[in-house]
Parts: sequence; structure tokens; C-alpha cells
Amino acid sequence: MTSAAITKSKKKTGIGDILMKLGPLMVLTILFIVFSIALPDKFLRVSNLMNILKQTSINCLIGSGMLLALITAGIDLSVGYNTILATCLIGVLMQNFGITNPVILIASAIGISTLAGFLNGTLLTRLHLPHPFVSTLGTKYVFWGIALLITSSKTIGFTNKGIDQVLWIGKQTIFSFGFPVSFLLIVVVYCIFDVFLNRTALGRQIYCVGGNPEAARMSGIRSANVLTTVYTISGLMCGIAGVVLAGRLNTANTASAATYDTDAIAACIIGGASFQGGKGTIWGTLLGALLISAIRNGLNLFSAGNDIQYIVIGSVIIVAVTIDVTRGKIEARARKMATV
Amino acid sequence: MNEYVVELRHVTKKFPGVVAMRDMHIGIRPGEVHGLIGENGAGKSTLIKVLTGVHVPEEGDILVDGRKVVFANPVQAREHGIACVYQELNIVPMLPVVDNVFMGRKIKNKFGLLDYPRMHREAREALTMLGHPEIDTKTECGKLGIGLQQMVEIAKAVSLNAKLLIMDEPTSSLGEQEVKQLMTTVRRLRDNGIAILFVSHKLEELFELCDRVTVMRDGEHIMTEDMQGMTNDRLIQAMVGRTLETQFPKIPGQKGECFLKVTHLKEAGVLRDVSFEAYGGEILTFAGLVGAGRTETMRAIFAADRLDSGDIYIKGKKVSIKSPGAAIRHGIAFLTEDRKGQGLVLSQSVKTNMILANMKRFQRGPMLKWRQIDRQSRELVKTLRIKTPTVNEVTMQLSGGNQQKVVIGKWINCDADIYIFDEPTRGIDVGAKVEVYNVMNDLVRQGKCIIMISSELPEVLGMSDRVIVMRGGRVMAELDKESDHFNQEDIMRAAWGGEIG
Repeated sequence: MTSAAITKSKKKTGIGDILMKLGPLMVLTILFIVFSIALPDKFLRVSNLMNILKQTSINCLIGSGMLLALITAGIDLSVGYNTILATCLIGVLMQNFGITNPVILIASAIGISTLAGFLNGTLLTRLHLPHPFVSTLGTKYVFWGIALLITSSKTIGFTNKGIDQVLWIGKQTIFSFGFPVSFLLIVVVYCIFDVFLNRTALGRQIYCVGGNPEAARMSGIRSANVLTTVYTISGLMCGIAGVVLAGRLNTANTASAATYDTDAIAACIIGGASFQGGKGTIWGTLLGALLISAIRNGLNLFSAGNDIQYIVIGSVIIVAVTIDVTRGKIEARARKMATV
Repeated sequence: MNEYVVELRHVTKKFPGVVAMRDMHIGIRPGEVHGLIGENGAGKSTLIKVLTGVHVPEEGDILVDGRKVVFANPVQAREHGIACVYQELNIVPMLPVVDNVFMGRKIKNKFGLLDYPRMHREAREALTMLGHPEIDTKTECGKLGIGLQQMVEIAKAVSLNAKLLIMDEPTSSLGEQEVKQLMTTVRRLRDNGIAILFVSHKLEELFELCDRVTVMRDGEHIMTEDMQGMTNDRLIQAMVGRTLETQFPKIPGQKGECFLKVTHLKEAGVLRDVSFEAYGGEILTFAGLVGAGRTETMRAIFAADRLDSGDIYIKGKKVSIKSPGAAIRHGIAFLTEDRKGQGLVLSQSVKTNMILANMKRFQRGPMLKWRQIDRQSRELVKTLRIKTPTVNEVTMQLSGGNQQKVVIGKWINCDADIYIFDEPTRGIDVGAKVEVYNVMNDLVRQGKCIIMISSELPEVLGMSDRVIVMRGGRVMAELDKESDHFNQEDIMRAAWGGEIG
């Protein structure tokens, strides 16, 4: 290839790359402007913005684990009910066993979800199921069933039960302008994820296993261990989300997981992850999650009901996947030009 | 009536950095079986792809029945009556014969539904013409033997009123009986006036079947002649042709200790019995045809595939290698032929790819020492002369030769003793080739052991201290650089199953 052609193709994808990365940020900005103009005095108020952050927390936590699965070209469909399972366990331990010690409650919630994630990973790597879609679709129902089983299908209320320290994480706000503690948690978790994905060997291996499992294998990377870790971490994040959820909803309710899994996938995809694996960043996922929450919030302020919200969110997902596909095409072309 | 059904005149096909086919001409007469042979990489596949409309040539003309045509895509080539049966069958095993024959096109009745009675009838007619009226068009294809599946594939091709049927190594996966069956069918097709371009690695088949033969080398036409009066030796000579050029900066090796010794490697269906020794300070090359078991031998040693039996000794110690990771810890580096599929994570940066096989070296606890990685990667980029703007560039953006050098860098970071280079210069341009050879020379100078697999004879002769020729999962010959048989003709003879001197 001539050097002119190299610079040309690089320039092209360079701009495309930047656009793709800025894409969600631009959409978010435009959305903010539109909502601010359309909803004067309502949308752009500090209290409302803090509200958006609070609403984003659960999706951010679940989305971070989902991101890892997506980077490995996998998926974790069990996240929603894994989260619910954690919340329900808190409820059951409190109600049926009278445990109010926050450390025990939080540790058990996180423990059970991590274990559930480990189970997902083990099923995938040791039983050699064809795709995590299958294993996690199965465990999704299993976790749902277990949650129903331990709660006897009843909603458990948390209000005034002496576990306010547990609820504090999901409920409390700090500073004079009401910054939610749960979002502070997100900032900490996401910084850890950033370091984990970019600065640790395991983090790089996750990208490599996702980008080219065969090359990773031929380089001596134990893909099975990497994958198991990924799904275990996804479970861990569900556990933390479960604790936050307890404080957000004040109840343990087996029916509340409706869109957690798809919301998380949407956040990752909007943020630049790809179903083909090997790609995605934690900050992109944050943008994706914020975008979804902002849409929900804005439409709520318009007094649009669930109906309209679902239609808009659904459309955003489709647009996001279209972007994903287009991005794939651009890269395929770059690949074709760069290597023959 | 034109002399040729299909003719190429002065056709040139270029890829960035490589001319895959230069000024090629070939004419295929109606009702003849025309053989096409050449070494691996001689340009046969490119020729097929130009004829079937997969590649559009930059220069030259394609003529069908004497009229100039342009194929912008495979469908247009098919419409002009050019059909191809590929080495790998494109059969959907779950579907019945009739649906496979009519895959990609349909006959509809007046209600707009599929006209199955007519489709069955036409499929039966096509199969009858091939001499296989016994195939029931309702049978699931997967239940037929591989030979009959191929008949279905041929029926699919000829039912499109093919004038020219290209068969790309059609016998490679067939048993003896099935080959005979296929030859009968090919003759029937010829007698029906269909021209056949028969691409094969097996000279016996060409002698038995073909009326004329064309030899290609380096993407160029070498000769087209009647098969009558042709000899084995003349064909091989035409294929091998050129004399050794000076593009190989070989420095003679200093044979050191035995780094790797394997005895009686066996793997069902792939390796029958492979034993050899490789030494430090030399380049040992495995020659042979594609499918001779060379890559499979190396994959087995590297534990990428499972061995059925056989022993591996590294520096005199017997070892049991269970995984690629273990092989790497034993000091083996494997530069796979398929860089993009097995060597690189294309979506990742140069530096990430360089540490891929040995992250431990750059770790403090779980953390990667990026500063050290940056330094080491920049160093490698310099010594290997990798053309990349920075070490952060994604490898997808690099040219083939530079990608290959990134892979080499990855293994240098592992401090391996035994480097297996599988077709290290395939698909990279001449300049980059020389640089890859220089890297190999450097490694040899450091006393490392290099095992190369190469299908390019000039490269084999130009760079090796010793050559092992394989065929059918067996070692056929071992030739030292000083041996009288260290020449193209003898290596080819061994690779094609002949006796040496």
C-alpha cells in the first residue's frame, strides 16, 4: 500500500472514530438543550438533574458488568433477576431471620449475586454451552424463581424496619444540592473499572479474548478463566445494584426487574460497545446510561406515560445498534484497505 | 463458432502492494477438460475468482463466446454460463437434494408458489446427465456420501446451463472410488459439450482426465499445451521454473544443541508418523504441499491441537505440553500462518498485541507497567522497523508486513528459544519479506532455533539450513543444505510423492 493511501484511510477512520466516540455525548447535549427549551424551569433544575443521577445508578451498576460480558462478545441476560435476588435476600434475612446488621445484609446480598455470576461463568466455560445467551437466559429464569421462592412471591417492605443503614446507600443525598450517595458510588466504581480495564493485565485480556479468542488462546491466555471472572464480576455488580435498589424502592419486589437487562445492554451499546466484542469503554457506558435516564426523565416531565417512553427508548436502542453496525462496516472497510 | 467458450486476454489483477495476476491469458475450448496447475500462491485462485466475477481485474478482457464481457459480481458470471464447484461444498445438509440444486433460484407456478414437481423433474434430469439417476431428489443431502453431495453441487452448477464448469481441487476430500465416479461424470459433462477447467494438485488426475493443461507461476501464464506427450518432469519444471534470486539475505547458521526433538507424532487423520530434530542456530524448514501436515505438526507440538501419541523433548528433557500457555513457558513461539485470525487482536493497539503472550513480564501484581510496556514496544518498533505512527495505533491499520512484525515482536517479548514461523512471508510485499528474513537471521545469530513452514520453494532454498519435506502426514525426505538434492526439482518430487535420486 502506498503511504498516501495509508494516511488517507487513517484520516477517514480517525474522524469517524472521534464522531463515534463523541456521538452519545453529542446526542446527550442536544437532548439536554431540547428538554431545557421545551421544559423551562423544570428540566434544567439542580434537583431534577440530581434526580436523573439517582435514577441512573442502578443501570450504571448493572451496565458495568454487562459491559464486561459484551467486550468478550458475550451477554449476561440474568442481570435483572440477579439484582432482584440480592434485594429479596436482604428482605428475607430481615423479615424471616430478624437480621438487621447492615454488614451481614450487604455482604449476603453481594455474596449471593457474585455466586450467581460465578455460576453463569462456570456454565459457559465448563459445560461449553454454545453462547452465554443460552446459559444466562436459563439462569435468568432460575434466579427469578429463587427470588419468588424465598419471598413466597410477596413484596417485603423496608420502611422503619431498622435497616436504614443498608437503605442509606440507595436513598441518601449529600451536599446542599442533594447529590445522591448512590451516584457517588458509581463514580468510585467506574474509576475502578477504568483502571481495571485499561491498567491491569486481566482487563487487557478481557478485550483480547473478546477481540480475537483464537489469537488469545494461541498466546497462552486462558480464556475460560477470563470469561468466568467476567461473569463473576457481572454478578458482583448485580449484588451492589441490589443493595442500592433496596434503598431506592424501599421494598423487595420480584416484579420490578422488567427492563434492567435490556436497559444495561442499551447503555453499553449506545456507549460504544459492540456485540462482536473487543470494544467498549466504561465512560461510554456512563454516557449511555445517562442518556437513557435523561430521556425517561424528560418524557416524565412532559407527563408522557410508559407507553411513549417505551417507544422512544426502543427507538434509541435501534438507532444505537444501527450506529454499531455502521461502525462495523467502516472498520471492515478500513481493514480491507489496510491489509491484503 | 469461436475457438474458445471463455477466454482471458492480458488480464492483470492487483491488490494493494501485490500483483496477484499479471498479463494472464487462457482459452478454454468447448467440450474439453482443461487442467490448471501451479504452486501454492501461483495465482490459480485469483484466476478462478476473476472468472467467477469475485474479483474484477484492473486490465485485460474476459471473452465469452468471443464477446467481451465484464463481470461486476458473481451473479453476472453465472448468467454468462460460468459455474464453479469449490473445494468446500456449499451444501445445506438439512435440506433435500432438490432444494440444494435450486438454491439461489426458483421456479414458480402460476400461483407464485414454488413449482416443486417441475423442480424435482429438472433436478432429476441434471443428476441423470451426471450419470447418477439413482439419487432421490427428496433425500436430505446430509444423508448422502461426500461423493454424492458433490454430485448435487455439480448438478446445481450445470442446471444453470453452464458453458464452463470450474472445479477447484474437486478430489481433495474424496476417496479412491469417489474419484473414479467423479472422473466418469466429468467425462460425461465434456461429451455433452461443457468445458471444464480442472484445478488440481494431483498430476495423475491431470494425465488421466485432461485434454490440455495450463501452468501458472507467480501470477503469470507459463505454458498451455496438449496433455498428450506431456511428462511429469516437464510439468514440475514449468511450475518451479525460476532460478534462485538474490532476495534472500541468508547467513549460514551455526548448528548448536538440539532444542526440540519429537518422535512418532500421530494424530488421527492428520499426522501418520512425524519425527524430527531441530537445533539452535539454524533454520529448519518444512516444505510440502498445502495439507501435507506441516502446520498440523506444529499445532500439535504447541498443544493447539491434541496429539494421539508421540513424544516431545525440549533441550533433551521429555515434556508434556498441555496448552499453548505451557508451550510458551517451555520457550516455544508460534507465528501462525493466519496472522489476522490467530496472531493478532486487530482491534487492539500495537503495544497490547506485543504483550499478549507474556503479560507477566510487564506486571506488578495485577497492574500492568505501562511505562515499561511503552518503552519496550517503542524499542521493538525501532529494531523490527515496524511502520506505525505510534505504539498506540490499532493493528488493524497496519499493512500485512508490519502486522507480521508486530506478531514477531510479541514472541520476542516472550524470550522464546524455539520460533515456529508458519508461512512468515505470505501475503506481504517483497521489501517486507527481506526484513522478516533479517529478523530471522538475527534470531539465528542469537542461537535461537527457527522452524519455518514455507510453500514457496525459492524461500525454502534461500533461507534454510535444513529442509524436511512432508506429504500426507509423513516425513518424506530430509535434505541438508550441502546435499546434492537441495534443489527445487527434488523437493517438489518428494512433495508430490516421488522418489529422490
